[in-house]
Amino acid sequence: MATLELSMQDEVAAAPVRHKRKLGLLFWIASLWLAIVLALAILAPVLPLQNPVDMDMLERRAAFSSEHWLGTDGLGRDEFARLIFGARVSLTVGLIAPLIGLGVGGALGLLAGYFRGRFETLVVGSMDVLLAFPPLIFALAVTAYLGQSIPNLTVILGVLGIPAFMRVARAATLSLARREFVIAAEALGASHARILLRELLPNVILPLLAFFLLGVAVTIVVEGALSFLGLGVPPPMASWGSMIGEGRDSLDVAPRLAFLPAAGLFLTVLAFNLVGDTMRALTDPRQGAL
Amino acid sequence: MLNFVARRLLAILPVLLAVSLLTFLIASLLPGDLAMVILGDQATPENVAALRHDMGLDQPLWWRYLSWLGHVLQGDLGRSFRTGQTVLQAVGERIPVSLELMLMAEFIGLLIGVPLAIACAARAGGAFDRFMTGSAFAMLSMPSFLLAILLIYLFAVELHWLPATGYVPFTEEPLANLRFFVLPALTLALAEWPGIMRVLRSDMIATLQEDYIALAKAKGLKPSRILFVHALKPSSLTLVTVTGINIGRLLGGTLIVESIFALPGIGRLLVGAIYTRDLVILQGVVLLVACGFVIVNFIVDMLYAVLDPRIRHGHA
Amino acid sequence: MTPPLLTITDVAVELPTPRGILRAVDDVDLSLQAGRTLGIVGESGCGKTMLSRAILQLLPKKAKLSGRVMFDGQDLVQLAPESLRRLRARDLAVVFQDPMTSLNPVLTIGTQLMETLQEHLELDTPAARKRSIELLAAVGIPAPEQRLAQYPHQCSGGMRQRIAIAIALSCEPKLLIADEPTTALDVTIQAQILDLLAREQRRRHMAMIIITHDLGVVAGRADEVAVMYAGRVVERAPTPMLFKRMHMPYTEALLAAIPKLETAPHTPLPAISGRPPDPTRPLKGCSFAPRCRYATSRCREAKPELTSAEMADHLYACFHPIKMAEGIGA
Repeated sequence: MATLELSMQDEVAAAPVRHKRKLGLLFWIASLWLAIVLALAILAPVLPLQNPVDMDMLERRAAFSSEHWLGTDGLGRDEFARLIFGARVSLTVGLIAPLIGLGVGGALGLLAGYFRGRFETLVVGSMDVLLAFPPLIFALAVTAYLGQSIPNLTVILGVLGIPAFMRVARAATLSLARREFVIAAEALGASHARILLRELLPNVILPLLAFFLLGVAVTIVVEGALSFLGLGVPPPMASWGSMIGEGRDSLDVAPRLAFLPAAGLFLTVLAFNLVGDTMRALTDPRQGAL
Repeated sequence: MLNFVARRLLAILPVLLAVSLLTFLIASLLPGDLAMVILGDQATPENVAALRHDMGLDQPLWWRYLSWLGHVLQGDLGRSFRTGQTVLQAVGERIPVSLELMLMAEFIGLLIGVPLAIACAARAGGAFDRFMTGSAFAMLSMPSFLLAILLIYLFAVELHWLPATGYVPFTEEPLANLRFFVLPALTLALAEWPGIMRVLRSDMIATLQEDYIALAKAKGLKPSRILFVHALKPSSLTLVTVTGINIGRLLGGTLIVESIFALPGIGRLLVGAIYTRDLVILQGVVLLVACGFVIVNFIVDMLYAVLDPRIRHGHA
Repeated sequence: MTPPLLTITDVAVELPTPRGILRAVDDVDLSLQAGRTLGIVGESGCGKTMLSRAILQLLPKKAKLSGRVMFDGQDLVQLAPESLRRLRARDLAVVFQDPMTSLNPVLTIGTQLMETLQEHLELDTPAARKRSIELLAAVGIPAPEQRLAQYPHQCSGGMRQRIAIAIALSCEPKLLIADEPTTALDVTIQAQILDLLAREQRRRHMAMIIITHDLGVVAGRADEVAVMYAGRVVERAPTPMLFKRMHMPYTEALLAAIPKLETAPHTPLPAISGRPPDPTRPLKGCSFAPRCRYATSRCREAKPELTSAEMADHLYACFHPIKMAEGIGA
């Protein structure tokens, strides 16, 4: 056993170990950008914006003006209003779909990692089947049958996210389920429900939330791709993807019609990735840091 | 080794079966009746009922699945009611285009990603490494349809160097064929390299910490041999896995890129089938693509075994 | 007397860690004549492995090395990378602790042996192959020809360490550094490997440094022993002299910690109490003072220098050296 002198030394040595994890300037810029986009998207109906679907055939592809801040698109619709209403659509799908994945996938992963056995084999097996479909192709095929609408799109993209969330939750649960505090709770006669909700869930939820942010980024991209192909949100509704798709036809005369929503999409996806990646690094169970 | 292959083959059979069931269920359970689609809005209920009976749509679900599966196993995936082509004909015509595109894209992606990863790992933490890691991170947020738009704008609209859309078969005009493929392949490759680089880089950095690298240095081997033989070979295992995982994304990317650049590949066939509500083609293509995807992943597993002697000899 | 093959002077290694600078090796001086064996002994974390890596110029990139490592008339610290590379394997070779991790898992044993021969001796492939088979036979590997095509995971731990030794011996080095060559092996294999090393050393007239935590390993095999504690050499003497009359309480404690056959069953092992000091927070006095039963206030105030008293080649760093009469059993 350690002698008295050593234990005193340990206290001295332990003090300077704590160092604050810096989040970095980029993290805050990305968060700020997300806050602005989110605020604009939520407030879009009450902001003094023009109607994003009002066409004006006399003012097609108009340049920037005080009336149309960012000009108009190929059908004479106000580009600025469409950008903000597009953000509304992209973010609605982008935020709600991963919530489905988080809820269903997270619960399945938690249960599979805790109970193991046949249940785990079944869950992992069915996820493998879902993963056998290239995601975009699966989304396209199901949208084709279900019909294009925002709720349909959201549900499909949500279901597609389930396997990934399941894996994250299961991996985190597996690494936790044999730890002392869970075994101690079991030894004290705690019920399964109590261990799952009180002991495991609070520890699994952090990596899941970090993964959620990355999931938002992926979902926005997939929604953008589907809408870009004209198979996502139904026209005349604007989404960043569909705006880029429409702008593609006038790349030679008005490239801004494609590049403005492209920049919005890229910056938002990048911001979600940045924030998500920072959170993931902080909650990574392997590093044991919070 | 044979035993290993057999075990893996047995493991993918249930997955393939489940894939077929899921494909069938998507097409059968979701709203949208094939008979209605074929006959259009003007159809009388009697006509629809007659066609449903002819197509066997009034049979119970399990019976329809089994008979469909039976046909599929005999190579009959159905026939488009719009073009009259069978699914296999339609897919067979378009597969070379998609394969050429994916192979070119993966090749360019590896060509960019692997050297960058090695350069970064060799000087991990240096200025070049930090710059490239940051760039790769930003590139990962750049979806392929954005890249396509950028490349078209730059090389086709502004510079007029390359055609934006079009296709001729390689057998007719090889050079023109390649010219048409440059932009689409580059689009996909630019979306691929960041993932390749990130994974290979972190794996190389971990490998370079290994004892056997220290021993290789102590043996006085040339730095290039240490980097390319002693470090790259064990690290390439992860690369193979990543390439396998990426195939799903690459397939999705192919779909978009083929649509944008008007290349007559599988992706365009699928999107076209959706536009025209050609449900037989749609179902057939989804089934084939998913099965192909499962089989490619199986091949990647095998490749893994070839590369790693520990797995080949059943030690891991 | 001929100049020593290896002379290291004021060698220090500093590693940056999240807790501050870690001084892993603290001003060490050693020398070794050609064909002789030096044992470096100390418990884990005392800096003995870092010292060997410093001699080999294989320190991690972040580590800062100061001092001089004169080998065969050249200072390895100042040597250009390309000259250093040419000198490796041919003059300076190493066997690492864990044969499970020191051989490349995806290259055949033949490749790993032959690449060294081809790099330094410019042998063609058949000649390198022939030489590899001879080397494997020399280190006691049965059916060496078949082994060439095999991968490391197909061999046992002892076999792998023999292969690692064959690789180290392949270019007839002047100095072989064996860093805990037997720690990762079964007890039954340990003696075989040590005897193999000793035999090959005599046969090739090669100098050797054996690094170990076990005084028993160096007892019959090293000409001289250096005992390390907290990055410093605390006692250094010709092996027989050290075992006859050690001066440093730490050496005594190390020796006492070896289990002996003649000890009655169920006697608790006299383990060294406490842990080595935190190397990122150096003590003012002797590093061993907190664990030393002879320590006085003087030991906590000042660091004893490495000096010799009655015998010129017996150096120790202690204010209260153990007297002859007290001996081991005191």
